[in-house]
Amino acid sequence: MQDRASVQAAKKGFALPQVPKILVYIVGFIPAVWLFYAGITDQLGADPMRTLEQELGEWAFRFLIATLTITPLRQLFSINLLRYRRAIGLLAFYYALLHLTTYLVLDQGLDFAAIGADIVKRPYITIGMATFLILLPLAITSNNAAIRRMGGQAWAKLHKFVYLAAIGAALHFILVVKSWPLEPLIYAAIVAVLLGYRLVRRLGRKAEPRRRPA
Amino acid sequence: MLIRRPSDILPSEITPREVYLNRRQWMAGAAGLGLAAAFPGWTEAAPLSAAKSAFSTDEKLTSREDVTSYNNYYEFGVDKDDPAKNAGTLKTSPWRVKIDGLVSKPQEIGIEDLIKSSTLEERIYRMRCVEGWSMVIPWVGFPLADLIKRAEPLGSAKYVAFETVNRPNEMSGLRSVLPVLDWPYTEGLRLDEAMHPLAILAVGLYGETLPNQNGAPIRLVVPWKYGFKGIKSITRISFVEKQPQTAWNKQAPSEYGFYANVNPNVDHPRWSQATERRIGEGGLFAKRRQTLMFNGYAEQVASLYNGMDLRKYY
Repeated sequence: MQDRASVQAAKKGFALPQVPKILVYIVGFIPAVWLFYAGITDQLGADPMRTLEQELGEWAFRFLIATLTITPLRQLFSINLLRYRRAIGLLAFYYALLHLTTYLVLDQGLDFAAIGADIVKRPYITIGMATFLILLPLAITSNNAAIRRMGGQAWAKLHKFVYLAAIGAALHFILVVKSWPLEPLIYAAIVAVLLGYRLVRRLGRKAEPRRRPA
Repeated sequence: MLIRRPSDILPSEITPREVYLNRRQWMAGAAGLGLAAAFPGWTEAAPLSAAKSAFSTDEKLTSREDVTSYNNYYEFGVDKDDPAKNAGTLKTSPWRVKIDGLVSKPQEIGIEDLIKSSTLEERIYRMRCVEGWSMVIPWVGFPLADLIKRAEPLGSAKYVAFETVNRPNEMSGLRSVLPVLDWPYTEGLRLDEAMHPLAILAVGLYGETLPNQNGAPIRLVVPWKYGFKGIKSITRISFVEKQPQTAWNKQAPSEYGFYANVNPNVDHPRWSQATERRIGEGGLFAKRRQTLMFNGYAEQVASLYNGMDLRKYY
């Protein structure tokens, strides 16, 4: 299904200028390099650890959302960015990994008793950890060898878990703040729209049977 | 898992020297442009003379910059740097504080008269935020008890209720689409807590009148309680018989109690309160500190809560 869609999109999509994928990684890592540099040189404000931790988490979420926009962009606007999806998805994972590492090392100082208690007792930490564990196999299988080994269908099925990861990230963000500030709600709304779009489209497909190619 | 100690990581291992030197120049320029735009409404601070106090801690002060740029004052936005950017719009002069309720002498006092008629002291207190960070702040203020005595509370007065000014035109957070709290901000203390010599009304910090983002012109400081009890920009103090409603308690009763005493043994439902990060201490690689019972003021205040189950009355 995905292959067919991409072929279709390639036929009718605009001719977007293609940039090397490595450029996506280079640009994608600019915020992380900047944040670490600013943190070490005391430019992240009064609470640099917290700023670093939160910013890395937000960037992970932004890249996760970006991967979810690729399909709707193709289907609705014939903008085909499919060739960058793996890079963007992996960036989401790398940022999640940096976010988690910051929490473990800088925030908790590798106090594993405290970390363990957090995971068990604090829903936002539990959800955050679970979300990372969901992203892990997706990142590990984000290469052509894994697709070949698993077969396209099984691989696509596994990678549907990214939807669950997006829901996890949205909940994690909402639960970490006091009261109901706007920002986490905006992120959650974007996730809801992106997942809702897929649900509506699927239901629509079921309602009206697909014409099969002869 | 092998993870190297963070202090071993040098900037030079991450970014080549010439690259960061270059970037530093560029950033110095960017920061200069940003700062001028960031604090348009900073009002002139006036010096205040204050006597030293035996209640002051001798711990290292949190820098004035951190104390005045890292604030929770949701009336001006939910991010820590929002109050410093946005609170300049609040007009703090003229300012009157209304004292009413169960008192023999209800009154309205102008802030200048209040400051003139009070004996100001410098109180260097630890401040522990419910979010898990702390500061050491040199407040200038006077005991809340002094004001309470002036009003002469009646025997029926059991609690003191405080109210923040409510001016949507001057407070951007009050105009937000989704109200973060049920405005105006309200707080309260039991009368005996309010009479405790550690509880003060602060009118300044670092030897000068309060910046707006810290609650100008007058705010509550109760150092053994979480920071949110320290209601800012107070316009009304009422003496009441029943425990008053408080803003954060209304927002999430299971998370923010009326008492809100700093207590490392009673966690916030969503995070631990056992440790804290001291702002300005060690930067990115600061280690957490153990949080102290009643924020280290147990000797002075624990007796207020004799026989109370502090898990129930959190």
